[in-house]
Amino acid sequence: MNLFKISIANIKEKKLNSFLSALLLALGIGMISLLLLLNQQLDEQFRKNIKGIDMVVGAKGSPLQLILSSIYQIDAPTGNVPLAEVDALRKNPFVKTVIPLSMGDNYQGFRILGTTPKYIEHYKVKVAEGHVYNASMEVTLGSKVARVSGLKIGDTFASSHGLDGAGDVHGDRKYKVTGIFQPSGSVVDQLILTRLSSIWDIHDHEKPTTEKHEDHAGEHAGGEPDEDGKDVTSALIQFRNPMGLMTIPWQINQNTSMQAALPSIEINRLFSLLGVGIETLRAIAIIIITIAGISVFVSLYNSLKERKYEMALMLSLGATRTFLFLMLLIEGLFLAVIGFLSGIILSRVGLWFFSKAAEQDFHYTLGRFALLPEEIYLLFAALAVGAIAAALPSAGIYRLNISRTLAEE
Amino acid sequence: MITSHNLRFSYSPQKTFQFPDINCGDKETLLILGQSGKGKTTLLHLLALLLRPESGEVSVGGRSISHMEAEQIALIRAKSIGIIYQRAHFVSALSVIDNLLLSNFLAEKPQDRKKAIFLANELGFAEHLNKKTAQLSQGEQQRVSIARALMNEPNVILADEPTSNLDDINCQRVIELLKMQSALIGASLVVVTHDQRLKDEFSNQVIL
Repeated sequence: MNLFKISIANIKEKKLNSFLSALLLALGIGMISLLLLLNQQLDEQFRKNIKGIDMVVGAKGSPLQLILSSIYQIDAPTGNVPLAEVDALRKNPFVKTVIPLSMGDNYQGFRILGTTPKYIEHYKVKVAEGHVYNASMEVTLGSKVARVSGLKIGDTFASSHGLDGAGDVHGDRKYKVTGIFQPSGSVVDQLILTRLSSIWDIHDHEKPTTEKHEDHAGEHAGGEPDEDGKDVTSALIQFRNPMGLMTIPWQINQNTSMQAALPSIEINRLFSLLGVGIETLRAIAIIIITIAGISVFVSLYNSLKERKYEMALMLSLGATRTFLFLMLLIEGLFLAVIGFLSGIILSRVGLWFFSKAAEQDFHYTLGRFALLPEEIYLLFAALAVGAIAAALPSAGIYRLNISRTLAEE
Repeated sequence: MITSHNLRFSYSPQKTFQFPDINCGDKETLLILGQSGKGKTTLLHLLALLLRPESGEVSVGGRSISHMEAEQIALIRAKSIGIIYQRAHFVSALSVIDNLLLSNFLAEKPQDRKKAIFLANELGFAEHLNKKTAQLSQGEQQRVSIARALMNEPNVILADEPTSNLDDINCQRVIELLKMQSALIGASLVVVTHDQRLKDEFSNQVIL
């Protein structure tokens, strides 16, 4: 017999009330926690892949689409640009690196990206097995691609046209796997990397089918490319110093057939668009938590009226008023802790489902289930709600007249 | 042992009670008989130190409590006085045995599980120890509340209408148990009632 045992027994005694209070708290806390998790992990994924890329150039169109397709590999490309124009940028003294990208095919939904070795350097990925491709039609797999597809070094596969795994198969030319990258947590994990020339080669052999591809023209090096007139999809640019940021994007947009998009600006724009929805959900979550607090309050207040005689009895048996106050406080705090824990579990389950969906659609994994520092504050907030909800009705304990209460029945 | 001297209490100027002196030594029994409205419960609450008298004196075990602090009084009540109320009330969330142990716990005494089981056997509710108190009949509940009053081996046992809700057989049984158990621990037994069935059971009587 101790204080805790009595409090827990009281909670168990009114199971439905306790359940309702804990459920409301769990919902509110679960929502906020899920928002925190998503916010943090999306932010992390977005910032990590953006790092070191100052500008993206590609065909004219939506700058956000260009960023999403070229850096994150989640949207369709805006079109093609001549390689000559991209290469011309290398002569600009402000430009440090130019990484051309060429895409348009996939294997089992994983994008095949033609690029230069600078891309691998930029993302600092190491080869886990085998070696990096060094001839046309050789590929190196991202760690996740290798895991999901089951491809091994030395295996060959035919790519499909398009970016979502539903296009025609290029059956006549097969890629050969020469290496597999270590997991890096970056976009490379979900890509199949190869030389730029592989993409050109595979499509040079397909002249008869190019008409069929016209509706996909944006994704594809269409037409009849000769050695000099090669196209690429886009290019990632690094500047030597911030001065480049001031002049180059403007020059490109004015003087070339390409557009320049700045990742930091586009991603901030994307987040501010998402932000409205996140703010609304957060407000709803705070309302739910407040209702949970009121529910705990009403539950304890009602039980205090019912248990008035019990309280007087315990006082007559030697309990102090502080003891009874602590008893109610523990009941409130216990419900808060239960609500908090269920909320945290709920948010993890939510994240798991969200991650499943994100993985299917974009190959991104949001699999970080560890407790966030912000969630500690959430615990304190839950405890505060429980404590206040318990403390308010406890005032009645200090006004209780033992003799009159015991004499009433 | 419990004694009172010149006890006076008033709820309002029109409703004032003046009580006869009470004197009940160790192992003795005393019946206080009175009709409704005579201040029976008020007197019991004064003796149980739940109310402070307007004037007069109560002493428990030879110690006068008129000049004590509220906390000291609460501790004396918890340790030396066992109270049995007209209708048995319990902490409904706890089981029968936990309700018994609660009185040890709140009086800051070691929790004596063996004693609780012993009393349950003596008073005939041993098979109900793990039930909730609401599952017991009124007679059983009254016996549990007697056991609770005995748990701390008090100096004085005060019973407020312990038999008024019971039938004749249960009434007889409860009063026998009360007398026997209080004699066993050497306590004074004071019963306040209007129940005429108890008239012949007690030699010492005070009429209000």
